[in-house]
Amino acid sequence: MRIGTGLLLGLISGLIWGVIAIVITGISLTLITGLAATPIISAGALGGAVNAAIIISRPPKKRTPGLYLVAFAAVVIAMMLVSFGMPFSLSFSQSSAIQAFGVGLIAMAITFANRMCLIDAHAGMLKRYSFDLVIVRVLKGLGFVFFSVIVILPFYVMVMTSLKNQQDLFLNPLDLSIDLTQGVGSLVDSYVELFTQFNFGSFLLTSTIVSVSTVLVTLAFSIPGAYAVARLKFPGQAVLSSSILLIYLVPMIVLVIPLYAVFSQLGLRNSLIGLLIVYPATTVPVALYMLQGYFRGIPAELEEAGLMDGLSRLGVIWKITLPLALPALASVSLYVFMIAWNEFLFAFMFLDDPGIFTLSRGVVSLNSSEVPRQHLMAGAVIATVPILAIFLWFERFLVQGLTAGSVKG
Amino acid sequence: MTPSHNTNTPSATAPPQQRPVRKKSKLGPMARREAKLALWMLAPTFLIVMGIVLFPLLANFWISVKPVTLSDLRPPTAVVSERVRGDMDVAGEEFRIQYRMRNSSQKDAITDITLTDTLPAGVTITQMDPACSLDGSNVTCRLEKLDGGERNRLELTATANADFAANPVSPRDSEPTVTGTSDSILTNNEFTLDNFARIFDSREFWSVLWVTIAYTVFGTLGALVLGLFAAQILNKPFKGRSIIRGLFLFPYVAPVIAVAFTWVILLDPFNGTFNAILQRMNVTDAGINFFGQRAVPIDIFGLTIEFPLALATVIAFEAWRYFPLSFLFILARMQSISSDMYEAAEVDGATPLQQFWHISLPQLLGILSTLFLLRFIWTFNKFDDIFLLTGGAAGTRTLTVDVYEQGFALSNLGAGAAVAVAIFILLLVFAVFYFKFVHREDS
Repeated sequence: MRIGTGLLLGLISGLIWGVIAIVITGISLTLITGLAATPIISAGALGGAVNAAIIISRPPKKRTPGLYLVAFAAVVIAMMLVSFGMPFSLSFSQSSAIQAFGVGLIAMAITFANRMCLIDAHAGMLKRYSFDLVIVRVLKGLGFVFFSVIVILPFYVMVMTSLKNQQDLFLNPLDLSIDLTQGVGSLVDSYVELFTQFNFGSFLLTSTIVSVSTVLVTLAFSIPGAYAVARLKFPGQAVLSSSILLIYLVPMIVLVIPLYAVFSQLGLRNSLIGLLIVYPATTVPVALYMLQGYFRGIPAELEEAGLMDGLSRLGVIWKITLPLALPALASVSLYVFMIAWNEFLFAFMFLDDPGIFTLSRGVVSLNSSEVPRQHLMAGAVIATVPILAIFLWFERFLVQGLTAGSVKG
Repeated sequence: MTPSHNTNTPSATAPPQQRPVRKKSKLGPMARREAKLALWMLAPTFLIVMGIVLFPLLANFWISVKPVTLSDLRPPTAVVSERVRGDMDVAGEEFRIQYRMRNSSQKDAITDITLTDTLPAGVTITQMDPACSLDGSNVTCRLEKLDGGERNRLELTATANADFAANPVSPRDSEPTVTGTSDSILTNNEFTLDNFARIFDSREFWSVLWVTIAYTVFGTLGALVLGLFAAQILNKPFKGRSIIRGLFLFPYVAPVIAVAFTWVILLDPFNGTFNAILQRMNVTDAGINFFGQRAVPIDIFGLTIEFPLALATVIAFEAWRYFPLSFLFILARMQSISSDMYEAAEVDGATPLQQFWHISLPQLLGILSTLFLLRFIWTFNKFDDIFLLTGGAAGTRTLTVDVYEQGFALSNLGAGAAVAVAIFILLLVFAVFYFKFVHREDS
């Protein structure tokens, strides 16, 4: 084995992966099973480094499955030696199966990560290209872990908290395990209570009605407007099509005080009609902008042919343009639905009557010291699940909507 | 408004180069018809945007120079209560009907007050307040003015006949109705600059402005850097990439109330999971109050720096919630960079880091600057996040949270509107930037 930058880099990579693997596995074990595990970081670090050293000791082409098996075993042995047989600071007699699984998982993760990062690196002096490549691979892997953790952890805590009860949560906030011995019924207690005592069924219905109506009103307003901007010639067309997005830069909070004052006088404040006036006003400019871009992309010849064949202008829109623009309509609808569903500010400022609360408003009303926090999290889950389900189902459309709706180009 | 098909056909196919030759005042009939149609099609959009966006924007200027508070939104009304004094169940006996009026507002007067009430059958009025008149069984009383907090009593003397006395109906059964006009503070000619004086005089405003700038700049940069990083990871295709991409978008798609409350509970100093993890890993001894602590002293080489903890946590939330958006744009842009360049660089022996630095980054500069500007404005405008996380406490109050704080928490609508005006003016500056730089780039 030659000794050079390759070995150094391999050791560093192994060290990093060892630390990450043992920390994440240890914390995950705690969160999932409720064991009071404190991972010994030095054990992971050493295990990772040994693992990397064994892998990189052979040139890339001579690495056999057997070598990886040896490297895997080396992690386990190194970890056990350094931590005196307690890699999670727990005696091994305590839930030994779970601990063994954890150790195996760590060794596998480390072996996999080192293998991917060092796949074509040798132990000697690396060329700049290979050197950079290893660094980039390590960084990418770290990024993966980092983003997955920061995205998954909050959502995991949200869901699990909603299934626990206050007492358990205060006793050990790390224990997010689910106690299935109580039966499924007691798990969803918070949800049952929200729907029976806190009126969440009605909030869900109101949110659906408001969001769907906002989509319909927005489409009804923006389709003709977008068509006019895209196809018809009128003075000021260019200015309009470029300045419409400026509306998007107006902060909602600035509109709240005047609208609050005026809507109070008109009796529109504490009403869904009021919301249904405000929501489309904030979504129509974006929708118009997105649609006009799409309409421009539809060949004008098709519409001209329709006009030649004796269709009126509205007939052309209805029979030719809209069917061709269906994907764009779907994107716009989903995007607007998402905005309306997630809207918080105006629902919070306008609605006082619990009979017409939207979900956002309803969840905020759970944020008090008298309501246990698992109820708050259950409310958050109820608000999140529909929109995430729709998002996952129609991801392609929504991603298009997000991209087109926010910035062009 | 719907032109018939045979007339507008030519305009749709008219060669576009005719357009600049024609003067606006001399639009041809076809063009005029088309413009008219466009106007009709745009009318609903115009109306709703004017009414709900542009009108309130201007109304802020009006409200900001008015001494108006939240309670002024309830107009002063005359509250009336009716009393009966004396025996009405003895025929021929005189009894008195009193209308006691009170102005619900302590400071604003009500004018042109009209009270109407119906008397029960069988009651005859014998004497009446001069302000009142009788028409059949209907009593109408007019008052010119009721000052703020003023009370007034109108009295009628009446006798009952035998029928009524035998079977008395209280005159109070018919509710008197009162109408009056009051001068609303929102529409009168009273102006004041107190709101602006109050806003700008307080030292708080400048600290709020600094917090806003720090939040905006670092929140924007954080979201951009995270987005750039995430885009690098997902640039090359691999198995399960679309699932990961969907997962990375969760923070942005989920409702703000859900994720904000989750963070609050996750970072709770006493029984939050995150603090428990830190304690378990022996990073800290006691729980860290991420959203409640204004500053923590940090020693760096003997130099003590007050690190604004709550503000930093709020910025971290902002970066976490909006990195998906920048990630999406950067990824889309990266996918459109032609692979030829990378292949050529590869042949020349450029390392991956060099390729990123010398090829990807320059190509991404356009989208990065556009994103920076837009995200900058949106972060500047952001209200929900901080409001839900800290309510503006512990040194996290931005201008937008200040609007709520002044207008609703302190119920001084005028002062809130004054802050809104300040926001609007700052935004105008940003908009000029937008048109100067971003727009030119796009076209």
